[in-house]
Amino acid sequence: MLTRRALRVAGSEVVGPYTLLRVERGKLDPGIPGQFFMLEVPGRLLPRPMSLCLATSSELGFLIDPIGPGTRALCSLAAGETLRILGPLGNGFRLDVERPLLVGGGIGIAPLPYLSERLANPPAVLGFRTAWHAEAAALVPNAEVVLEPTYVTEVLPPGHDVLACGPAPMLEAVRRLTPNAQLAWEAPMACGYGACYGCAVEIDGELKRLCVEGPVLAAA
Amino acid sequence: MRLLNASGCLDALTAPDVAAGLDTFVTKTVTPLPRGGNDPVRIAETEVGMLNAIGLANPGIDAFLTHVLPRLPRPVWVSVGGFSVRDYTEICERLEGEDVAAIELNLSCPNVDEAPSGGGEVVAAARAATTKPLYAKLAPTADVAENAQAAEAAGAGGLSLVNTVKGLALDERTLRPVLARGAGGLSGPALRPLALAAVHACHQATRVPIVGMGGVSRGRDALELLAAGASDVALGTVLFSDPGAPARIRAELEAELAAHGFADPDNIVGAAHEAEASTLDLESRVGRKKGLHTRANVAG
Repeated sequence: MLTRRALRVAGSEVVGPYTLLRVERGKLDPGIPGQFFMLEVPGRLLPRPMSLCLATSSELGFLIDPIGPGTRALCSLAAGETLRILGPLGNGFRLDVERPLLVGGGIGIAPLPYLSERLANPPAVLGFRTAWHAEAAALVPNAEVVLEPTYVTEVLPPGHDVLACGPAPMLEAVRRLTPNAQLAWEAPMACGYGACYGCAVEIDGELKRLCVEGPVLAAA
Repeated sequence: MRLLNASGCLDALTAPDVAAGLDTFVTKTVTPLPRGGNDPVRIAETEVGMLNAIGLANPGIDAFLTHVLPRLPRPVWVSVGGFSVRDYTEICERLEGEDVAAIELNLSCPNVDEAPSGGGEVVAAARAATTKPLYAKLAPTADVAENAQAAEAAGAGGLSLVNTVKGLALDERTLRPVLARGAGGLSGPALRPLALAAVHACHQATRVPIVGMGGVSRGRDALELLAAGASDVALGTVLFSDPGAPARIRAELEAELAAHGFADPDNIVGAAHEAEASTLDLESRVGRKKGLHTRANVAG
């Protein structure tokens, strides 16, 4: 059932340029890492898709980059306010991997803390624009951090099962290096459940809905 | 009154439980050939509505008939689009033997370059190609009432009012269009007064039933479309933010009707056209016979 749940905001922390928004979990299923939720935004028409960053027994955390009116409003939510959430949605990462390596870039590290927990803290390689952005690396255990102009693809150790999330150019570069990687993509979405056709991306020469087919896709 | 979805605002195959909350499911527009649609970015949000430039993405009539239509809930309306009169008639002919309750002719998509001109011509050709009820979907243009009359004269059995109108959003930082295509169809709250005006005008100008849509997000919005002259209501953009909208809006509409003294939504259809505002006259309306304001009686 596609049912929105009203959850209470527990609080938020500033993490470099980002905000970690924490909500009380209630009975919400956190889903599989890489799946996402649609977060209602106060004063805006459309919800925003966010992957789950952290899941404890009592709270869910979303790492948000305040880049527009919707994400800024989400970052401004105060403890005690109510937020309606739909999810988990889409397809997450396959967790049946032998030698996992997490690869993230910028705000694309958002799903990696929860993924790391579910895979018992495997090694991770994270890339950021600045040391300020890299403060978010503290959320991911066992992480090697690189800053521009160094890219994650320059320091990827061979022989791993790569699970990656980040900007499209990073994912394209990772895909060229590791054809068996699992890649979590991003696209603007109005609904998150296949209704709006807004999040279409080209997959194998066809435009497909990322919310239904993804957001995690096999690289090959 | 039936509750429908606006074409292109719901996929009954990926969200069957949402579709189950509607009385009738309307498909995304089908064209003769498969279409991937426009390049991303295809959607944008503004303060007053949403823009989309999906571009009639659909599998084409062959794959639609084989893989999609058999799995859709019933009753179902098929939205038909094209780039020539022949495109419309071809699909109408292909649907003739299918379990399809009605055909909605998309005469007003804002997101394609080669949309057909002359809605009346398309409707007349489609009328000759199918025995199914035809609904003409029109945009809230200045001449919507004339277009509605032309559609009625050409054999449309109903009107779907309204489609989106063209709008533009610019990126906050770059001041370039957010949508790859530039402009897109504006839907949501901004469209609601335009939809009301179009339904109001077409209710006066024609005698065919109207499906009202455009910015409905609450029961009150549905009530107003009914009062303006719609006999059915469709939900569009609201489904994106609230998949529970069908049940919620039904309940809100019921409460609104009760507050206005109506037991049945059919009784309020066209109330906005009555000479006297009857909000002070709750007593007498509670006792009104069902159907007093239905199109049949107005036509009668």
